[in-house]
Amino acid sequence: MTGQSQDGSQLLKTDADQINLLEKLSNACAVSGDEGEVRTIVLEALKSARAEVRVDALGNVLAVCKAAGENPLRVLLTAHMDEIGFMLTDKEDGGLFRFDLVGGIDARYLPGKPVWVGKNRVPGVIGAKPIHLTTQDERKKTISLDNLRIDLGPAGSELAKVGDRAAFATAFQQAGPSLMGKALDDRLGVAALIELVRHAPAHIELQAAFTVQEEVGARGARVAAYTLNPDVAFAIDSTPAHDLPGWDETENAHYNSRLGGGPAIYIADSGTISDPRLVQFLVQTAEKHHLPYQFRQPGAGGTDASQIHKQRQGIPSVSVSTPGRYAHTPVMIARLEDWQNTLALLQAALQAISPDILTTSR
Amino acid sequence: MKNLIKKLVESIGPSGYESDVRRLVQEEITDFADELRTDAMGSLIARKGTKKGNGMRIMLSAHLDEIGLVASHIDEKGFIRFSTLGGVYPRNCPGGRVRFMSGVEGVIGVERLESSEHNITIEHLYIDVGAANREDCPVKIGEVAAFHRPMLDLGNRIAAKSIDDRIGVAILIETLRQIKESPHELYFVFSVQEEVGLRGAGTAAYALDPELGLAVDVTLTGDTPKGPKMEVSLGKGPAIKIRDGRMLSDPRLIQHLVQAAQNAGLPYQLEILEGGTTDASAIQISRAGVPAGCISVPCRYVHSPSEMVDYNDVQNAVKLLVNVLSNPIQLDKSAA
Repeated sequence: MTGQSQDGSQLLKTDADQINLLEKLSNACAVSGDEGEVRTIVLEALKSARAEVRVDALGNVLAVCKAAGENPLRVLLTAHMDEIGFMLTDKEDGGLFRFDLVGGIDARYLPGKPVWVGKNRVPGVIGAKPIHLTTQDERKKTISLDNLRIDLGPAGSELAKVGDRAAFATAFQQAGPSLMGKALDDRLGVAALIELVRHAPAHIELQAAFTVQEEVGARGARVAAYTLNPDVAFAIDSTPAHDLPGWDETENAHYNSRLGGGPAIYIADSGTISDPRLVQFLVQTAEKHHLPYQFRQPGAGGTDASQIHKQRQGIPSVSVSTPGRYAHTPVMIARLEDWQNTLALLQAALQAISPDILTTSR
Repeated sequence: MKNLIKKLVESIGPSGYESDVRRLVQEEITDFADELRTDAMGSLIARKGTKKGNGMRIMLSAHLDEIGLVASHIDEKGFIRFSTLGGVYPRNCPGGRVRFMSGVEGVIGVERLESSEHNITIEHLYIDVGAANREDCPVKIGEVAAFHRPMLDLGNRIAAKSIDDRIGVAILIETLRQIKESPHELYFVFSVQEEVGLRGAGTAAYALDPELGLAVDVTLTGDTPKGPKMEVSLGKGPAIKIRDGRMLSDPRLIQHLVQAAQNAGLPYQLEILEGGTTDASAIQISRAGVPAGCISVPCRYVHSPSEMVDYNDVQNAVKLLVNVLSNPIQLDKSAA
C-alpha cells in the first residue's frame, strides 16, 4: 500500500497485512543454517512480485527485478533470514540435552527460558537450580553453559536429536507503538525487503538477497554478493538500542541507537566502513522526505555489508537498521514507526538512486 | 623526496576517507603512469608498461589510509567521545592533537582513572575542540579525524604521524617516476582500508589478477630500549619480509629480492614479524593464489602520532625496487 509523501512522490505505508506478515516471520524458527521455515514464508510472499526468484547453494533466496531500460544501476539489498539460537550437542537421560550457542548470546540470559526444539517445535526449558536450593554465593555467579541443559522431558526425549536447532519460544505481540518478539533481528529487515521487492522501481535492477548464516559471520551474504555482483549494496538489519538512562545518573554515551529515532544509518562498525557517498545519499533522501533518521554510533558489530563490500572488485555498501532494545535475548522491543520509517527511507532511496552516485566525489 | 614525504604525512586520510591523499598522489604520478583509475573502493591504480618477453603482471601495493578516530557521541558539555578506525592504542592518545576532515582541530583528554593500576581504554578518552556545550560543538556523530602534527626532519631520521604507510606511498611514487624500461606490466596500487583489514588490496588484487604481488609497508624494529626482540633496526637497509602474522612470503621471491640487493650492493635486512600483516597477505590469497612478498621500511613507534624511519632505508628501498622491477624476474624453483 502506498501513500503520498509531502513532495508528492509515493512512499510505502504499512497496514495490518504487513504486521501480520511480520508476526508470522517473528514466530517462525530459523536458527543459522536451518532457515527453511522463514525461506518458505519469503518464497510464498514473493509470488505476487515481478521478481525472478531462486534459492542458491547455501540457501539464500535471491530475487531479481529487472530494470525497464538498458545498463541500469544494479542495487543489492539484503536482509538475513537467520536468528541466534542453540544446537543440541549431547543427549543425556530423561530428555535432557547439552547444547551450544549459535551466534552471539550472553549465557546469563538463559536459565529459565522456554525454547522450541527442532522442526516440530518440541517444547523445552533451559533449566537451572531454583532459588530454594541455591546458596547466596551461588546466586552471585553466572551459570556456565556446561551447567545448563535443555529439558524436553521424557515425552520429548525421542522427538529431538543431537544437531537439532532450538530457538527462544517467544510469541510476537504488538503493544501500542511497540513490537515485541524474538528474531526481530532481522525479520524486521526481511519484512521490509519483501515490501521493497513488491514495489521495485523500474529504473534500477533491484537485487534482493534474503540471506542465511549472518549471525555466524555473514556467510550467506558473501556468496550472494559474489553471485549478483551489484554496483552498490544496502544491508537492512536491526541494531541494538541501549537508550536507557545511566542508572547512576551519568550521561549514557554508549546507547548505540535510540528507539523512536528513526532508521539507524551506519558510518562504521568493525566489519565495514560505509561508503560515504551512500551515507550522504541516505541523509539527503531522509531530509528531502522529512523522515527521521539517526546515525548508529560507530563502534563494534557487523552486518551483511561486512562481507558484501569485499567481494570481487569491491562493492560500495552501507547498512540501515531498525533500532531494537534487548537484541539477542528472548525478546526484542522495537517501535512500529521506526520500522515504517526504515521502509520509507529505503523505498525513497531506491526511487531516487541513479548511476550518478558512483561518480560523485567521496 | 623529503618534500614529497612531508606533503604525504601532513595530509589526512583515515581508513575509508582517503580522498585527500588520493588526490595528492594522483597529482604526483599523473605524468608518469600509462593509465590511472580509481576503483569502486577508492584505491588508486596506476599502470606502467605492458608485458614484454618473459615479463610478469605485477601488483605493487602501498596503502593510502592511516589509523583514525570517528566521533560516536557529543556529550552535553561538548566533549566528543569516539571510536577508532584501525589499531589506535589508547595509551598513545592523551595530549595528542587531532584534525577532523572538516578542518576542526582538537586535543585528546583522558578521564581521571579510578586507580593507577587501571589501563587507559578508549572509553576513558574524549576529544576537546573547545566547545562550551553540545549545541556549540562543530563536530557531529560519524565525523572522522586523524592525528595531527607536522613532520619532524631529524636529518637521517624522519618522524611523523602516518609514516605507516605514506612512506610506502612515497616509495612507490618515486619508484614509478624512476623506472625507465621494464619487461613487466606494473600496477602501482595505492590501496584503501588497509588498517581495518586489508580491504582495498583484496578487491584490487581480484580486479588485477596479478602474477606477482609486492607490498611496501612499515615493520617494527627491535632497536629501542626494552623494545620487542626483533632483528630489524633503523638504518640497516630495507627489510625483506620472510613472514608476519598472516603471511609466509613466497621463498622464491625472497631469494630473488636478496640476490638483487646483493648484486646491486644495497643494504638489506630480513624481517620476521610476529604480529601484524600487510596488503601482501590479501594479495597472496586472492583468486587462485598469487606469489607474494613485502619490502618493509623499519619503523619505530608504529601506530603512534610520531612514527620514525631512517631516510637512507627509504632511499635504498626505492633503489631496490627500481632495480628489481626493471629486470626480468625468475622465480627459482629450487628456492621453494
